[in-house]
Amino acid sequence: MRIIPFLISAVVTACLVLLFNTKLVLPAPLGKLLAPQQGIWQNAEPANFDYSADLKFDALQGKAEVYLDERLIPHIFAEVENDAYFIQGYLHAKFRLWQMDLQTLSAAGRASEVVGDIALNHDREFRRLGMVYAAENSLKVMEADPTTKAICDAYTAGVNAYINSLSESSLPIEYKLIGYKPGLWSNMRSALFLKYMSYDLSSRDADFEMTNARSFFKPEDFNKLFPPIQDSLDPIIPAGTIFAPPSVALKIPATADSLYFKNAVTAEESSKPDRDNGSNNWAVSGSKTASGAPILCNDPHLGLNLPSLWFEMQLSTPTFNAYGASFPGAPNVIIGFSDSAAFGFTNGGRDVRDYYEIQFKDDSRQEYWFNNEWKKTTFRYEQIKIAGKPTFIDTVAYTIFGPVMYDKSFAGKRTTNNKNYAVRWKAHDPSNELLIFNGLNHAKNYADYQATVVNLHTPGQNCIFATKSGDIAIRTQGEWPAKWLGQGDYIMPGTDSSYMWQGMIPDNETPYQYNPERGFVSSANQRPVDSTYPYYLGREYPSPRGFLVNRKLAAMQQITPKDMMDMQTDNYNVFAEMAVPVFTKNINQSALNGTEKKYFDLLQNWNFRNDPDSKGTTVFVVTWNKFKPVVFDDEYANAPKPVERPLESTLLEGVLKDSAFKFLDNITTPQTETLADITTLAFKNAVVDLVKAAADGKLEWAKFKATRVNHLAKIPAFSRFDLPVGGGTNIINATKEEHGPSWRMVVSLTAKTEAYGIYPGGQSGNPGSKFYDNFISDWALGKYYSLWMMTKEEVGDKRVKWKMTFSKG
Amino acid sequence: MKFITSICLIILLSFAACLYLPWWSIVFASFLVTAFIPQKPGKSFLSGFLGIGLLWGALSFYKSYLNEHLLAHKVSVLILKMDNPYLLIFATALIGALVAGFAALTGAYLRKKKA
Repeated sequence: MRIIPFLISAVVTACLVLLFNTKLVLPAPLGKLLAPQQGIWQNAEPANFDYSADLKFDALQGKAEVYLDERLIPHIFAEVENDAYFIQGYLHAKFRLWQMDLQTLSAAGRASEVVGDIALNHDREFRRLGMVYAAENSLKVMEADPTTKAICDAYTAGVNAYINSLSESSLPIEYKLIGYKPGLWSNMRSALFLKYMSYDLSSRDADFEMTNARSFFKPEDFNKLFPPIQDSLDPIIPAGTIFAPPSVALKIPATADSLYFKNAVTAEESSKPDRDNGSNNWAVSGSKTASGAPILCNDPHLGLNLPSLWFEMQLSTPTFNAYGASFPGAPNVIIGFSDSAAFGFTNGGRDVRDYYEIQFKDDSRQEYWFNNEWKKTTFRYEQIKIAGKPTFIDTVAYTIFGPVMYDKSFAGKRTTNNKNYAVRWKAHDPSNELLIFNGLNHAKNYADYQATVVNLHTPGQNCIFATKSGDIAIRTQGEWPAKWLGQGDYIMPGTDSSYMWQGMIPDNETPYQYNPERGFVSSANQRPVDSTYPYYLGREYPSPRGFLVNRKLAAMQQITPKDMMDMQTDNYNVFAEMAVPVFTKNINQSALNGTEKKYFDLLQNWNFRNDPDSKGTTVFVVTWNKFKPVVFDDEYANAPKPVERPLESTLLEGVLKDSAFKFLDNITTPQTETLADITTLAFKNAVVDLVKAAADGKLEWAKFKATRVNHLAKIPAFSRFDLPVGGGTNIINATKEEHGPSWRMVVSLTAKTEAYGIYPGGQSGNPGSKFYDNFISDWALGKYYSLWMMTKEEVGDKRVKWKMTFSKG
Repeated sequence: MKFITSICLIILLSFAACLYLPWWSIVFASFLVTAFIPQKPGKSFLSGFLGIGLLWGALSFYKSYLNEHLLAHKVSVLILKMDNPYLLIFATALIGALVAGFAALTGAYLRKKKA
């Protein structure tokens, strides 16, 4: 033996293993990742992969078959209803495990366990918002209901059956790349997933920004900037509907309009749900359709991600048969149809998250001043595990309002001037939302819908429903706090009970429509009712989409599913229809140079359609985006940050109503600017940007907007960029840069259901599968797939590609 | 003959080991083979290098070929910052080859007598 060379080569070998098995030197453990029998090559799914399998599980009670069709949609046929949930859980995990795990880790404030302390602020914020507290409260009522408990138990067992079948080499690729392993599923994680949706859909508020705006602007200016109701409003429940007097008598606190709001604050969340987390849904009755049967349509606008939020599937059991989009993370079909009916949702969008300023007795946070006495807080000790670091313990004080989210120890990204703010969020209250999805999957008629719809508390949704027997209905459902005018728009005092929510709006005062005379029901996140409704609903509702949906539906007759698909993908910009004349009529054309004149012509000749190749759209959007700051930046220059800016429709309505709109004048100049001055200046500013965009070859709207679908971990190679898709904010086709119609569905309730749908993703969450993103190109082009409610007699159909059997064993 | 036998044995042993053990079990496979089949150090190194280079190259190529290189396109962009599936396959083969080569060399020195 030659000791020296032996030792040298042994050390070199050990070093190479260390180099390629860890992240000590290289940014990734390349040996581990590329080893063909364990690493990423294992995730390279053969193009002709055979998904067929015979599986046996003790937890099953009967037999079941799953037929996978050419688009990899599973059609589950189970003898026992709960077996269908086991299989649903198994398949969700099989195709989407990583996203389910990631989303619920994130919801639980456990992201630091995976990615280290860069996620600590996120985790603290979610814990302090009370996400885990909220999920625990809901889990208690979910598990107290024997039906829900059995469903969740079956679903959880299915997810875990799949997780337990995994080996190191068969883990989803993201685990290998990031370097961790999946945790087991639990009913709590389904509850956390639902709270994640509540966060996304019902936690947007602007209380800090509005408090600053209110403290800065004079009341008359404030009311102009933030009117409680937009003029262009066409509410979900038509204006003029008579509402019963309120049964909750609200006592408005004496100081509600006083100087309390003088104090500016500077706290801000590190991230916020998108303002446009909204949607369209509508249903037309048989009187307006060519077939004589109702048609129901829904397209929820959410963040566009890969893997998608949605997973398409059919659940067929002796008790129900449903097809549609499901949430990996929860049982049942969420938006879809059964043999008798179709159902869908748009976000209710009311403000159900308010802040109260808490006065602690001292830094120990053990007591706070409430109703003239010192009241004891309770503490929740949030243990946040951090990859590679010791566990961080966040001690959160709980008051009668809820958790004290911001205090000396935590202020998110900003400073709170050592003030303490407790958060009252409706999602903290126990509720069992799984009941409504299960109920809608089973619902045969309007009475079934009525009975189950009230189970949806938070996030409140406009629940739309249509049946084969010809009924159409919509209900602005949710358990909503009964608020007085302005309540919860600003941070409120937490030293007594006078500003607390005084009750919830009773179910029988929830506005709804059932077979209205106009022959359709619709919602597009606009205000649910007009100003005669006796409770305060907040200020922040976009109006143009709803206005256009109603205008179109009112004019349509002999409607076919094709008409509905054309409408869902329609790029008409009704906001521009109103706004473009403001520019074309007022811009001082004699002040424009040759280049500016060229762009002015593009704007003037534009057909108001946000089509992919439209240059006029880009000119309008850039001009409008320059117009806003030119109008408001001078007034806002000294405002405390963060501060709320007015809605776009407020500005538009302001200048349409009054060409001498007060805020047009630039207060930093001696002269008084006119609408002509301001629009001309905005347009000249816009042309600077437009010339740059043109030089980059990005003047066409789709190129300028550059819609993308991001991978959930923002890995560019697993994302899709620069999709050739039009639409945008205020458009029925609400596709923005990374946000938009996340599932489009059109269901015609004829004797044999005729349904169409598509989502921007693919059934497999594996970037190494050809089913990963195969729907995206068709989605971008506005195409639809035929949704096949398969019957047991059709097992020989050529669309069936693979068969999985599940049985007890 | 010894050279070819060594390469074949390293391939077989490594493949079998990696069915159950972590990727770096190729170290022991290569080490054991060259320790039991004496060759010159250079040849031993080459049997490990070529054995695993071939094994990993062939396995990753086969996986990628069946996948129509779909994943390799994406992962090569992610890891190598360029879209080239074959370069990723080459990198895979090279990493395995280097580790196995030095492991095989270590085995050779265990047996080799001082000149």
